[in-house]
Order: sequence, then C-alpha cells, then structure tokens
Amino acid sequence: MAMAGSDIERLLKGAFPDAHVVVVDLAGDGDHYGARITSAAFAGKSRIQQHKMVYDALQGQMGGALHALALETAVPK
Amino acid sequence: MRLPSKPRCRSEGFHRCRVGKIQPNVKGKQMMNSTADRIRDVIASSDVVLFMKGVPAAPQCGFSAAVVQILSGLAVPFRGVDVLSDPQIREGIKVFSNWPTIPQLYVKGEFLGGADIVREMFQAGELAALLSDKGIATVST
Repeated sequence: MAMAGSDIERLLKGAFPDAHVVVVDLAGDGDHYGARITSAAFAGKSRIQQHKMVYDALQGQMGGALHALALETAVPK
Repeated sequence: MRLPSKPRCRSEGFHRCRVGKIQPNVKGKQMMNSTADRIRDVIASSDVVLFMKGVPAAPQCGFSAAVVQILSGLAVPFRGVDVLSDPQIREGIKVFSNWPTIPQLYVKGEFLGGADIVREMFQAGELAALLSDKGIATVST
C-alpha cells in the first residue's frame, strides 16, 4: 500500500496552489518520502500547525498508505 | 534545494514498521476513555515523555532513534513509551494529539511535535531554550 511521489505532490499542490513542492523518495522504496513545501499559507503558523495543514492536505493518507514523510515547511521569503 | 538526510526505518536491524500492522482498537476518531486516561496519566508522569517505536536503548525506527539521540545529547531525562508493545496507546496517541505519526514528544504535558519538528528546534537551539524555560536542565552540545 505504498504511495507514488507524484500522488503526494498532487495532493499538496491541490491544497497549497501557490506552493513550491519538492518530494523526494528517500529510500527508493516508494515508502519513505521527504517533502519540502514552501507556501505563503504557512505564514504566522507554528510548526505544529504547519505540519498539521500538510497532514490534512494528504487526506488521511499519512500513517496509512503513506508510511513515512519527513516534512519541512517554509514561508517564501 | 537540499533536503537534509533523514533517518529512515531500515529493514536491517530495525523493526519494519509496516509488518504486523496493528489493527486499531479504536474506530475512526473515537477513543476509549480508558485509553485517553492512560495517555493523560503517562504524559503527567514525567516532565518529558517520548512516545516512540521501541525503547530508548533500542529504538525500532530511525525517526524515533533520532529524537532519542537529540534528547540524550542534551542529557534530558525522559520517559520513553514503546507504542509497539501497546496497540491501544499506539492508535490512541494519534487521536489524542491529532497527529498521525510516531514519535511524539511531550514536555510538561504539552505536545511539542514529531521527529522533524524536534530536529528543527534542536538545530535552531530552540529545544534547549524551551526546556530551560520550563525548568528542565540540559547540557549544551
């Protein structure tokens, strides 16, 4: 039940249309990903809030089909 | 753009996290009150509590190992709670914090975040500052 990197990117782009999204398959196993998301939507939010916004965007896949996603969120400079 | 190297669950020597996936004892967002009470008790039992896969001496996932390493580096005493040995806590803690992944770090009853946030805070010096603000002694590394 792994998830394709392109699916992750599509969900994130859908939720954060302005975002610059980079998804990397860390282990090459379609199971452990890293994502860096830069979006103005994160402005003024705590890290926990930012990561929760990303998890919400993934529509419950996190912890299910999506096993591991190392997150890095940022606001555009 | 560079993504920092992240620890990952390795099949060698590490519990393969998807193997033997636990069937939740909770349905949807419901959680048995007894589980929530147990979680509250555990979080209140120590200033720093880490819900993790494995035990501090032998973490079973790279993300849990990374947080153990950071806390150990700061010489912060903490209580590790192995969610792999307790399916109710494993699923319950995700509902409790509304956070889908393990590890989860709590300081003085407050949810601080998962491995990525703890690492970022550590690297920025914010983790040591926060612990110090809360009256928890650390050593700088």
